[in-house]
Formats: sequence, C-alpha cells, structure tokens
Amino acid sequence: MNNITKTCSLIMVGVGGQGILLASEVSARAAQSCGLQVKTNEVHGMAQRGGSVTAQIRFGPEVHSPLVPEGTADALLALEAIEALRVQHFLRPDGLAVVSTQRVIPVTVSSGGATYPEPEPLLRRTFRRLAYIDALGEAEALGEARAANIVLLGGLARHLPLPLDAWEAALALCVKEKALACNIAAFRRGLALSEGI
Amino acid sequence: MSVLLSGNQALARGAYESGVRVAFGYPGTPSTEILENLGQYGPAVYCEWSPNEKVALEAAVGASMAGARVIVTMKHVGLNVAADPLLTLAYIGVEGGLVLCVADDPGQHSSQTEQDTRQYARLAKVPLLEPSDSQEARDFMLAAMEISEKFRTPVIVRSTTRVSHSRSLVETGERRVPERAIAFQKDPSRHCPLPVWGRRMRQELEERQAAMAAAAAESPVNRCEMRSPQLGIITASITYQYVREVFPEASVLKLGWSFPFPDQLLRAFAQQVQELVVLEELDDFLEEHVRALGLKCRGRELFPPCGELSVAKLQAAKDRLEGRTAEPRAQSRLPVPELPARPPVFCPGCPHRGLFYGLTKFDVVVTGDIGCYSLAVFPPLNRTDVILCMGGGISMAHGLEKAGEKRKVVGVVGDSTFFHSGITGLLDIVYNRGTATIVVLDNRTTAMTGHQDHPGTGRTLQGEETIAASIEAIGRACGVRRVRTVNPYNLKEVHTALEEELAAAEPSLIISRAPCPLHERKPVGPRHRIDPQKCRRCRACLKLGCPAIENHQGEIRINPLLCAGCGTCAEVCKFQAIGPVGEEGK
Ligand code: SF4
Ligand code: SF4
Repeated sequence: MNNITKTCSLIMVGVGGQGILLASEVSARAAQSCGLQVKTNEVHGMAQRGGSVTAQIRFGPEVHSPLVPEGTADALLALEAIEALRVQHFLRPDGLAVVSTQRVIPVTVSSGGATYPEPEPLLRRTFRRLAYIDALGEAEALGEARAANIVLLGGLARHLPLPLDAWEAALALCVKEKALACNIAAFRRGLALSEGI
Repeated sequence: MSVLLSGNQALARGAYESGVRVAFGYPGTPSTEILENLGQYGPAVYCEWSPNEKVALEAAVGASMAGARVIVTMKHVGLNVAADPLLTLAYIGVEGGLVLCVADDPGQHSSQTEQDTRQYARLAKVPLLEPSDSQEARDFMLAAMEISEKFRTPVIVRSTTRVSHSRSLVETGERRVPERAIAFQKDPSRHCPLPVWGRRMRQELEERQAAMAAAAAESPVNRCEMRSPQLGIITASITYQYVREVFPEASVLKLGWSFPFPDQLLRAFAQQVQELVVLEELDDFLEEHVRALGLKCRGRELFPPCGELSVAKLQAAKDRLEGRTAEPRAQSRLPVPELPARPPVFCPGCPHRGLFYGLTKFDVVVTGDIGCYSLAVFPPLNRTDVILCMGGGISMAHGLEKAGEKRKVVGVVGDSTFFHSGITGLLDIVYNRGTATIVVLDNRTTAMTGHQDHPGTGRTLQGEETIAASIEAIGRACGVRRVRTVNPYNLKEVHTALEEELAAAEPSLIISRAPCPLHERKPVGPRHRIDPQKCRRCRACLKLGCPAIENHQGEIRINPLLCAGCGTCAEVCKFQAIGPVGEEGK
C-alpha cells in the first residue's frame, strides 16, 4: 500500500482565516487513506483573530508526538510570505518550502513602527528548496480566490511520498461538491508549478 | 473502523458511548469543542451551555442525583469557578457517574494563567485521569464513568491544549446506556453534608482514597512499558508522546489514572529500573509524591518549570541527564531579520473597535474582562488597563472607585461574561452607592471561543429557540437607573453616551450592541476605499487598528479582501477621504 518507513512531518502557516485548517485536513486524510498513522495539531482560540496560525501534520508507520520537533519538518507550506520565515526553524535543512507571494500587512506595520521586509530575497536565502508561487493569482484565475491554499498544497504534494490519487480523494472528502472541480484544478496547477524544485 | 478525531471530539465520543444522557459546560479554549461535538449526538444526549461553570457543575450534580450519567466541561480557570460545588460533591458522592472534563493550557496559548488542574484532584480528593492522545481520550472517558460509579465519586478527566487540539486515529465502539430508571431516591444522610453527616462523609472520603489508590495500581489505565532497565521514566498526558520520541529505549510507567497516586505501582516500577526520572508538564505533581515515597528520582532540574514541554525540551533534558551540555539542536540556518510581529487583533468590522476608540478620548481607568475585547489592551487602541477574570471588570471598577481613585472608572464586560459573573458585581455597585460606568460589549455571542450561544442570544447549544435574557432589564432590576444602548458603529453616539454617563453621579450601564460580523458571516456594509486625492496622510484612521487599513510606505489603502464595511474609518477621517466603494464611480 505504501512504502513509507519513517515519520513525515509538515508545517503549515498563515494568518487567521486564510484556510490553513483545510490544507491540514486534506493532508491528514490523504495520509490516513494510505493506511498510515496520522497526528495533527492546529491552533485554536485567540491567535485566530488575525494572528499567526500554524498547523502541524505528521504521518508514518508509528507517530508519537503530534508536534513537529524543530529542524525536522520535511516540508513547509506558507499562505503568507513572511509567515514562512517565522516558522523556518521547523524545517530540516534540505526541506521544501512552498510559499505564497501573498502579503498580509500586520497592524504593527500599518499603525506601529515596524516594517514589512521585501520577502523574496529573504526567502531565497533561507530556503534551499523554495517554490514561491503566486497562489492567490493562480486561484483567482481559476475563479476561486479561496482555493489559494489548495494551489500550494499541490505544490507540496509533488514532493511528498503519498500517491496523487490519495490527495485528490482526500480533497473530495474535505470540500463541498460544487467546489471540488475548481479545487482539483487548483491542486493540479500547484503540482505543475513546483516541478523541478 | 478508525476515525481521525481531535482529543475533544474523542472525549465527546467517549461520553456518548458511555451512555451520558446530559452534559453541561461553559465555553473556554481549549475545552469548548467537547460539548459542541457531544451536542451533535442529540437527542440521545442533552447538552447545554450553562451561564457559568459553577452552575454547570451544580446542574450536573442534580442529573447525577437522578441517576443519569453526566459530564461537565470547562477550561482550567473554569474549575476555579466550579471549585465550591466540586469540593463538597466529593463528600456527598454521586449516583449516576459524573465526570468533569477540564482542559489545561500549558504554554498559555489562549489563557491568562498556566494553572495545573491536577492539584484540584488532590485538593478535592477525587480521581484524575489523563489521556495522552485521542484514543485514550475516548477510552479514559469510558473508564472514568466506571470509576465514578464504582467509587461513587466525581472524576476529573484532564486534557491539555495539545491533547484537545491534536488529532489522531480512534477506534470507536457502540453506545451503552446503563439499564436503570432515572429516579431520585431520597436519602438525606447521604445527600446532605450537614455536619452531623458531613463528618462521616469526611471519613468515607479518606477510606475511598485508599481503595482508589489500590484500584489505580491494578488498572489497565496505568501501563508499565518495560524496555531497558537502565532508565525508567514516569510520565503522563502528552509528555508521554514526547518521551517515546526522545527516549525510545527507556522503560516507561505511563500513568493514565494518576491520582490517587498508585503507590504500589510507583514503588514496583522504581525497583525495576536503575535510574528513575519523572517527566511532567507544569507542576511537580508526580515528582513531589515520588520523592515523598522515599524514592530517589530526577526530574524538575532537567527542564524549565514554565511553559509547555516539547520534544526539544526533552532532548535538552536528555543531554543533561547524560552529562552533556544541552546544545540547541535546531538552529536557524540563516539569521532572519526581526520580522514584524503579528499579534491577534480585532477583526475588520469588529463592533468593539468603535467603543474602545470612543474611550481613547477620555481620561479614565478601564478595568477589562476576558474575551475578544481583551485585545483592546494593545496599541493602537491601548484602552484597557487591568484584566483579572470573567466579570472582574465590573467589580474592580467599584473597588478602584471606593479606594479613592481620582479619575472616573469604566468597567468593561462582554455579553456572555455579564451573564457568567457580571451581574453580582453590578449589584455591588448599586447597593454600595458606587458611580462607575459599566459597558457591556454585547456582540450577541461568545466570540473568542468560536461563537457559542448564551442566555442572551435566544438560542440553545442544540439549536432550539428560547427566551433571550435582556441585559437592559437585568441592569434595571439591579437598580441601575441610567441604562442606555448604543450602536458602536456610530462614533458620535458612543462619544455622547460616554460623556453623559461619565458625568453622572450614579452608576450607569451602557450596552454597546452590534452582532459580531465574523459570526454573522456577512459584511457590516459596503466595502470602503480611501480616495488618494483627498487623503492627507494624517494617519487618523490608523488609530483604529483595523487590519484592513494598510500603510504602504506612507500611502494608506484599504485592503478590499479584508474590509468588512463597518464605516468606522469614514467617521474618523476629517477630510472625507474614505467612503463606500461605488460612490464617485469607483
Ligand atoms: S470575532 Fe467578532 S467580536 Fe471577536 S474580534 Fe472578531 S469581530 Fe470582534
Ligand atoms: S470600513 Fe474601515 S474600519 Fe471598517 S472594516 Fe473597512 S477598513 Fe476597517
């Protein structure tokens, strides 16, 4: 059924309300359908009010901690450009980062004295393997801005040890029927965009 | 078949399978979803949001007295509110099984304190079960029900944020309801802790402790995993998962039923291993007892006392244990410049924004409360000065005034927390001739915990229509003569109300009422935009702290994806630069 022998860990990050929970749910279902043990952890409560939100997903033959130990994540998915940098210490040195070019300016920048750095050079310096994708633009082109998370998920899936049909089947379980075609298209678009990274 | 469930979903599943008929609780992260999920098993299970945790537990005791199996859910600080009935309930005991599901928040992800609920088990002398994943959450709930009925005691099932909000696979089973009639049996000597009977109950409580400790030592809920005899680790809850990851070769005594302490088991385990270590999150609950038994062990000195544990912290503990200096294992590969912080903020269109913005215009002390409005503490609003507990804003305002504070004091409370424990504080102000101004931020829901209903919403947890309590009428019934309702999106109205009520020489109650747009799932009004021709870059609108208003290197823009159309920013702009999209052809 699968040839996964060790735990695979993912870390997902975004801003409250961006759809991290759905991306996490789809990954967990995909792994579960392959007969693997799955553990996830998601942030609830206060941080959801526009703060940084992370989700962690681990799957493999035997998984203990639901939290990803620092420096061990196989891949990172970020729905917001600088949020990727905030959790970079979770990724292992040769891990893959799939990052959206979307920026959400924090209030500390708008009304406080903080500055929002230019993300791309920082991302390129930080991540050896980076797919920097205009996920929002791609999703909008497909007619559904909210599918940006699924574009990124496609980018991630290409490099993960789960079969692609498991991902698409998981998508079918997690999104409403009328949104499925669009989400599948978004997923495949992301898959194409992360080729060769 | 196994299903992927969060710890909270699994607790609900376990409660359902154990035949629970009724359930009570008050929302609080990370416990909220237990009752929300159990509510979906209606009508087999009746679930309700009680006004507060004390009421929830008292109602549950009533249900237990009738012979029903019942659970009560709350977060750690909620147990403080329910402590009074709990400590007496331990004396009286239960008829139908009664389990308190209490969720702690190590690391304070969403809480004011890092209190360790295990101490309550010891204080109340009631059994404590601690699941470490979702499967155990389901299994231990069933076990807790059995223990509760066998020993006629309330039982605490203690979860933590990581157990409650992590998901893992769970094997579920069928629901089994005990076959007995629901009927209260009168027996005052058992049910009334008057001193004459209470002293006997006290005695029985002590005897029960001993019996339970013996049972805990035998119970499969506690598990001894013998691997290498060199190192033996005693642990419980989520820490067990980290231990398995960091010390795969060690023997582990995995405590699921950790109180009353299973002394026989602790001693037997200690004898089988060369070095004994206790690894636990928060207080030295187990370690202290292991030491009190005269067993030599290490533990607390290996990791910091505050915050939640993690694989990284246990790796550092392992280094210390093995005499190495702990090295940070995961270093940032590159120094990343200081990233701008992204603290939680009021949502775009949040009705609280207008009220707190109004308060920035007055030199007053603001005593706050627990809820979304706690966020008013942060810049740019900066308009809450002290926060204690739910309902505390009202009573603290009164105390400040009585102590002789020169400025006027404004006490703030939410709608749900007003019903939770704000009314008694208001009575205090009226009765004792206070003059504080109290503001109820009524957004028609319990927003912070994910939008639960409460006595003011006219709807129950399981979706039934009901009578909606009126905050205005309660205020008047308490004796407040100056009661008024304002629309927080109308800044002028807010300002006038505050001005007039702060000048009054008697208590006033302002109800700032508008539904939470996040809950309503629809915008407040048309999206707004800033006309760059008219904008003078005075930055006045930025003082609202609306995340939709973005400052792009001096050019102020409204992010159309985020704007909820509340129009508050348009009221603040002196140059009429802000208006709804669509006017002026744009
Ligand atoms: S959830 Fe509702 S009440 Fe809470 S900050 Fe957002 S809009 Fe305001
Ligand atoms: S109208 Fe103004 S204050 Fe209201 S949500 Fe939109 S940008 Fe924010």
